[in-house]
Amino acid sequence: MAVALTSARPAPAGDDIPRTIVSRPSRADLVFRGGLRAAGLSSFIITGLILVFLVYRSLWAFRADGLSFFTKQSWIFVGNEFGIGGVLPGTLIIGTIASLIAIPVAIATAIFISEYAPGRLRRVLIAVIDLMAAIPSIIYGVWGRFFLMPRIIGVMSWFSRHISWFPPFRTTVLASSSTFVGSPAIAGMVVSLMAIPIITSLSREVFSQAPQNEREAAYALGSTRWGMVRTVVIPFGRGGVVGASMLGIGRALGETIAVLLIINASFQLNWHVLQSGGDSIAAMIAGLWGYSSANMLSALMAAGLVLFSITLVVNSLAAVIINRSRSGAATAD
Amino acid sequence: MTRVGAARADLPAAKSPALDEPLRLRRVTPDDVLTVAGAAVGSLGLTWIIYERVLPLTGALGFWVSWYALFVIFYLAAAALQWNRLVVRDRTMGVLVSTGGIFASAVVIEQIGYSFVKGLPAISHLNFWITSSALVGPLSPLSVGGMLHGAIGSLEQIGLASLFSVPLGVAAALFLAEVGGRLERPVRAIVNAMTALPSIVAGLLIFALAIITLGLPESGIAAALAVSIVMLPTVTRASEVVLRVVPGTLREASFALGASQWRTVWKVILPTARSGLTTAVVLAMARGIGETAPVLVTAGFTNYVNADPFHGWQATLPTFIIVNILDYGQHANYVARAYGAGFALMLVVVLLFTIARLVGGGRPGELSARQSRKLRREAAL
Repeated sequence: MAVALTSARPAPAGDDIPRTIVSRPSRADLVFRGGLRAAGLSSFIITGLILVFLVYRSLWAFRADGLSFFTKQSWIFVGNEFGIGGVLPGTLIIGTIASLIAIPVAIATAIFISEYAPGRLRRVLIAVIDLMAAIPSIIYGVWGRFFLMPRIIGVMSWFSRHISWFPPFRTTVLASSSTFVGSPAIAGMVVSLMAIPIITSLSREVFSQAPQNEREAAYALGSTRWGMVRTVVIPFGRGGVVGASMLGIGRALGETIAVLLIINASFQLNWHVLQSGGDSIAAMIAGLWGYSSANMLSALMAAGLVLFSITLVVNSLAAVIINRSRSGAATAD
Repeated sequence: MTRVGAARADLPAAKSPALDEPLRLRRVTPDDVLTVAGAAVGSLGLTWIIYERVLPLTGALGFWVSWYALFVIFYLAAAALQWNRLVVRDRTMGVLVSTGGIFASAVVIEQIGYSFVKGLPAISHLNFWITSSALVGPLSPLSVGGMLHGAIGSLEQIGLASLFSVPLGVAAALFLAEVGGRLERPVRAIVNAMTALPSIVAGLLIFALAIITLGLPESGIAAALAVSIVMLPTVTRASEVVLRVVPGTLREASFALGASQWRTVWKVILPTARSGLTTAVVLAMARGIGETAPVLVTAGFTNYVNADPFHGWQATLPTFIIVNILDYGQHANYVARAYGAGFALMLVVVLLFTIARLVGGGRPGELSARQSRKLRREAAL
């Protein structure tokens, strides 16, 4: 005997209206879904509260200094004159140097792992890159301060002497042994080590999603391995790689401890990247919080809010680029 | 007009292969190896002559950079002598890309090795592992003092932070992957936004909110709160990616068999995603354990073992390192202890990774050795 399936609304003859399916979840399911919804909402509420509190605590600084908060290059404790005019560009300078080093190396490594490495080496390298991402940034900072810095000062001074036609490589003071210690360039180098694993692992995943039939078509038309990579893998992965690079840049901008250990902090803008001086917002906050009065705390929070908005913009842009690209649509998160 | 399939008279007779040999795409010929080796040795020689003897330049780093640059040029020249343009370009890009990979691996090994070698004087003493720096002064030898207080603090704080952030993060990821609905977009947007929060700002926030406004003492729990703020969006995002990769067919099959949603999640989806979830959680924990600045702001620092995370300042391994370097960096023993603590920190990270491998297990459906033995035993009965 046939069981008649009745729909909620009987469809008139000749009309093709989809029937509405009514599903009633069980009580246990309702509780479960409600619990999950509460978890999602609580993350939402927690982070919302955090943002509100951050804005509230920084209001004093914005009101006291106004727009000059962004242009002043001083941080005077007594007079409550705070300005991030020097450290904000400093953050961007260190981020730029870090990206200039990290992005090519990371893309080359990702191509090597996904295209050139034989099977066992690939697994080992993937584990190595994951480990590189997990190493705490303080270890990189200590390595940079004690190992890299003494050895790279010679190279820095060579650059400042022989490539002085490039203005950022010049020095404003007569070069001595201490001129090149604690420069934004060295800080940028160490920060790039932290951005490399992020960019590499994301790019590698993107490259491995390149469609197999297009690869085989390239080989069938007689291309070499590099030709196949150049014409199939890289164009496919372009969006994902750009997104990954921006995530790496975001990490570089927010890096605190490595910059704190290396850079010779000052509040003035230092665009002579080989010379000591300069600072990034995160490192400045970490260095100053111990001395802060309530007003300075508000100014530090304001600086943190500015850094947060920059990183937020960069990350959101990365998410948009990844989602719109061909490669990102497959691995979109 | 020839029949289709008839052998053409002008072509040489095809050799029928005795066996069906698969064509190996990647064959390393002696030519390849010798080209690389020759370019390396030749560039080494030229660099040695020019760099060391002719030019007034010094420094090991410059030597390596010159050697690499000359190596690439030599390889290009040697390849151009043997092969056509396409092959030359292919091989050169292969060499460039491989050196990028080698460089990255060398960096990781260097980091771990450097901490180990520099910290060896300190970690070879047993007191390093079982005492705190309560009795350490500027003239104390390495046989006095250790990082026990840092280790206890780190483990307690990461445990508390994981307790806060992991269940909430995985539940939020399950919400995004399973329930969805109208709230999905805003929750996902805010989770992505919070991954951009610098950790120092999270520390300052807990300092201002919990410590100053709400009166919570500067303690391990405050640091755990700050670290869990940093960990929560990472856990959520990584877990959501893992949960979305679970095939929809598994879910539908479970529903078709009559399971309710929570039973599907508990019995089908979570076990399938187990290894990915453990990786996500472990990566977030590794990130959390390495946080220095927010912990310094919220938990302070002390030289004594403080096993109570609710009262009093607590030291962690990263804050131990940074205090030893920034405040006492002029004494070599303090720096050696800092390196030793760095090595201990990396040991904890590697331990976490190993635990993730063991607990997470292999891919879904993959049986462990014991399970496959049991299966074989039962099948033989």
